[in-house]
Order: sequence, then structure tokens, then C-alpha cells
Amino acid sequence: MKKTIMKNTLLSIVMAAAVLFVPAVAMASGGAHLDKAPIDINDKESLKRGAKAFADYCYSCHATSFMRYNRIAKDLGMEESEVRDMMIHTYNKKGAPTKIGALMKVSMTPEYATNAFGTAVPDLSLTARARGADWVYTYLRSFYVDPYRPTGMNNVVFPDVGMPNVLWSLQGLQEAVYKTEEHGGVEVEELDHLKLVQPGTMSEAEYDAFVADLTNFMVYVSEPAQLQRRSMGWKVLLFLVVLFGFAYALKKEYWKDVH
Amino acid sequence: MSKLIGWIDDRFPLTKMWNEHLAEYYAPKNFNFWYFFGSLALMVLVIQIISGIFLTMHYKPDAGLAFASVEYIMRDVPYGWLIRYIHSTGATAFFIVVYMHMFRGLMYGSYKQPRELIWLFGMFIYLALMAEAFMGYLLPWGQMSYWGAQVIISLFGAIPVIGDDLTLWIRGDFVIGDATLNRFFALHVIALPFVLVFLVIAHIIALHEVGSNNPDGVEIKKHKDANGIPLDGIPFHPYYSVKDIVGVVVFLFFFATIMFYFPDGGGYMLEHANFEASNPLKTPEHIAPVWYFTPFYAILRAVPDKLLGVGAMGAAIVLLFFMPWIDRCKVKSIRYRSVIFKANLTVFVISFIVLGWLAMQPVTATITFMSQLFSFFYFAFFVVLFVTSKNESTKPVPDRVTS
Repeated sequence: MKKTIMKNTLLSIVMAAAVLFVPAVAMASGGAHLDKAPIDINDKESLKRGAKAFADYCYSCHATSFMRYNRIAKDLGMEESEVRDMMIHTYNKKGAPTKIGALMKVSMTPEYATNAFGTAVPDLSLTARARGADWVYTYLRSFYVDPYRPTGMNNVVFPDVGMPNVLWSLQGLQEAVYKTEEHGGVEVEELDHLKLVQPGTMSEAEYDAFVADLTNFMVYVSEPAQLQRRSMGWKVLLFLVVLFGFAYALKKEYWKDVH
Repeated sequence: MSKLIGWIDDRFPLTKMWNEHLAEYYAPKNFNFWYFFGSLALMVLVIQIISGIFLTMHYKPDAGLAFASVEYIMRDVPYGWLIRYIHSTGATAFFIVVYMHMFRGLMYGSYKQPRELIWLFGMFIYLALMAEAFMGYLLPWGQMSYWGAQVIISLFGAIPVIGDDLTLWIRGDFVIGDATLNRFFALHVIALPFVLVFLVIAHIIALHEVGSNNPDGVEIKKHKDANGIPLDGIPFHPYYSVKDIVGVVVFLFFFATIMFYFPDGGGYMLEHANFEASNPLKTPEHIAPVWYFTPFYAILRAVPDKLLGVGAMGAAIVLLFFMPWIDRCKVKSIRYRSVIFKANLTVFVISFIVLGWLAMQPVTATITFMSQLFSFFYFAFFVVLFVTSKNESTKPVPDRVTS
């Protein structure tokens, strides 16, 4: 009988663990295959390069309005003046430069953006958390030439996206290569892969590394506390292991006269 | 010190209560692994109340500010992220602990005479906990908060005649909006915690009135020594207080591991879509409730008719209330019960877990069929139990607790 109970115990624990740790697959990907983002959140240099890329290419349209400039300086080990030079190009209502402790907003209004791109420009504070690092990494590498779109560009991961490919001068231009598939007796043209037709200023490997750094930075921005929580975590766990030793010894001491 | 206690005792039953509930509360000496979860549930309740108090100091229950205020807690409040993760991990921990605690009750017949009221109070705690969790999940005001609440509140619309007016009354608006958020906040931080604490007190008073059951399902009060102390009983304090501390430390180890290293629980505890602010004009691709509600959601989805589905889902919970009367076997513990009972309970637990998994999958014909099959097994548990338990062939129950 004891054995059955043990089995039941084990079963419920395994099941509980399975429920908790199997990663959710239902992340919005538009059904496209996503490449694994080669990122390391503890790589400060990569995060700094990513911050620079973000400031240069994303931050004129996209805000990260839950984030503050000086938080980046503090977490990435940069001088506040460095971050100011890199990111702050705006002024407040009184004409003074935006303060380093301010939230990272942009000047573009939703009305202007709707006029220009057909939709408001999304805030990127939490994008990496909502869609996943792999999505961001793949999306930024999946633009292709499409003359039917207003921007002349389309995206495999986010079909008919309003955003133009602002990184095209780095990556170059890609074209879609189609293949013919048969589905239930009907021949359908399907996207097979993207082919680089006009090289940019970066090689493919350089561009992938550039996007990986940018993705890394976006993952950091989506949860700045993750640097802190990982370093605090193991100390707490270590404390609990020591505490367990004492708690168990105390229990044993009290229970030795129970028969 | 003893003078002070004497002074208090003349005015308030401090020593009397200490003795009744701890130092002279005699618990069976043969508690096993499963008996950790009661005290753990109490601890998680305290964790949730304390972390919740700190969250309310910074959270803003306003449709225009709520989402940003949560991110403000996550980024700008010192250790705000820690408080928030304690609270969100605590919600999952609460349900894990409570499910283990309920499973213990089912295995050892802890709901049986004379402990029916303990079970009923416990079931009301579970019900209040589900309401508490549901309303708490709206507060971050993300996409899943919004659309999850939309789906669940619309279930009340299935009730004939009053359905539509009822959903309007619950929301306080024609859609989920600021009014809904505000009232859910009020209920989540004031009303339901009061109800929960009151029910927990009632649960414990009822338990201490009749005494704890144990893995053998024998009454230790039947054999007492000359002083009226049960021969198989040991004082809760210090024996079980020191033992429960060990359980607490082990529990906190798992808790901290998840909280520090997997705070979104792979998208099951903090769903990915909930990191996008709520948008009434944009439905997420795939709406799934948080994991602890999924078994009931699967039963709902398994039934093609909306009203019948809601009825089946309600019945799945209501039937549990009647366990003390559905199970008619005199023997309490699974250790001395028939193979039929063991198999029946195993199928029930497996069905519950599989249903939970099924609800998280996008609907296909296979998934629907499997949901129907396992819903059938879920309900079959109660029918089989009622039919077979009356004349169950049981093993002889020992007079005293074993080991």
C-alpha cells in the first residue's frame, strides 16, 4: 500500500512540475518559423552595443516609456553623460534638455504616426516579453521587398506590417523565393526562403550579430530587474539550504522521543 | 514575564488559547508528507496578504493607469519586482498547495464523519480562493486580464432570463471597463480576503474541535491514557511546529527557485499576452485561463451547448462539496479500502490533470473529443464512488495508528 502512495506522490509532483515548466507555445508568431536568438543577458558589452543600435535606429519612432535613461546607465555600467549623449536629443517644455531621470518617450504623436504608417507606433518597453526574444530576433531579419506595400517592404513574421525596414542599409535587400505546393489538389504558391539580392554595409554574420545585440537590449528593457533577481536568487537559495540543516536537526532532536 | 502573562490571562484567554490550539492540541503522531500542506496553505495566505498590502501602496486601480502602475512597481519601486513576483508566484503556490491538501483529504477520507464541516469550510475556502484569484488577475490590466475576464463574466450570460442583466450587473458597464476594474480591486483587496480569513478560522476551529484525521483513518481519541491524553497523540507544539518548519523551508526553496528564475512560469503564471496593455478592440489569438482554472475550463469547452457547459463546469465544483455524503464507505483511509476505490481515485486525479492540459491547447476535433472523454471520467468518479462505496470490501482497520 505504501508503494501506491509513493507512486501517487511522485506522479502528482511530476505532473505539477510538467505543468509549470513546459514552455508555452502559444506565443504570437504569425505561424512563421522563429530562429533561436543567440543572446546572453549577462553580456554587458552586447547590451551596450544593443543600446547604441536601439538609440540609432529605433528610438526616433519607438518609445520605451516605462524605462528611464539613468536606469540604463546604472544597470549597464555606463556614465550618465554617455547615455545622455547617445540617447537624449529632446527638450522639455521650458526648453531645457530632457533630464537623465526622465522616462524614455518620443516626440512622435500617435496621430502623426497613423498618418505616416497607418498605425500608431508601438511602445517597445515590453515587446520582448510579450512576443519573446526569438520573435524579435527573427522579425528584424525577415523583411523582404514587396512592391505592393506602401513602404515597398513586407515581413515574413509580421505580414503587412506598417513599419518600413529601417535597417535595410545595413542588411541589404532581400527578396522572397516561392515554391509551388499542392494542397488538396490545388497548387499554391508558398514562401520558401528569403534571398539577399543587394548587399548592405554589413555581411550576413555581422548583421545577425547586430540584431542579436539589439534583441538582447530589448530583452533587458522588458525586465530590467532580471539582472538583480538572478544575482539575488542564488543567495536566497543558499540561505534556505543552510536553514534547512538547522530546521532538520531541530526536528530530529525533538522527535527522538516519539515512537 | 510570567507576571505579565498572568495579567493578560486575567483579562484575555491567552494561555488557554495557546494550549487549546498548540501546546495541548494532540495530533496523531503518524502524519506523513501530505500533512505539510495545511500549514503551508496558511503560510501562503499570510504571504499573499503581506505582499498584497505592499502592492496596493503603489498600484492604481484605474483603467488609464493600472497597466503602467504595474510596470512602475516592476521598475521604479525599490524591490517592487520582488513584491510583485512574490504575489504572482504566491497565487500559483496557493493553488498547488490547496490541490495537494484536498487530494490528501480524498485519500484518507478526511471529509468523513465527524469532519464534514471541516471539508465544507474548506470547499468554501477553495471557492473564495478561485474568486480571489480571478479578480486579482484582472488588476494588471493586460490583454489576458481583460479578455480572460471577458470570457469568464460572459459565462453568466448563459443563465436563462437573467443572464444578460447579470453580466451587466457584474461588470457595472456594457463592456469590461474602469467600473469593473475598480470593483474587482475592492473585492480583491478587502471583501474576499476578509471572507478567506474568516473561513480559515472556522476551518481550524472545526478541526481542533474534532481532532485531526491521519493516514490510517483511525480516531486517536478512542484510546486515551489516565490523564485523558490520546495514546497516539503528540502535542502540536513543539512536535509539529518544528516539523512544519522543515516543510516550510523546503517549500520556500521551490518557491524561491520559481520566483527568482522562472517568474512567468514559462507563460503559465504570467501569460505572455498579459505584457501588452488591454485593448478592447483587439482579441488575442488564443485565450486560455491561468493554469489553476484550466481543468474546469476544459469541461466547459467539452460541452457543445453553452448553458449545459456552464452547468457541467459548476457541477464539477459543486459535487466536491458533497463528498462526505457521496462516499458512503465506513473506512476512511485509502490504505484499507478496495482496489475499486484506489483505481477510481487514480483515474480522477489523472483526469483532472489531463483536463488542465487540454484546456491550454487550441481547439481541434481530437482535443474536444479528449476533453469529453476525460470530463466523463471526472464525473464518473462521483457516480462510481456513490455506487460502490456502500458495500465496499475493505481490509480490517487497525485499532491504533501504525508506524
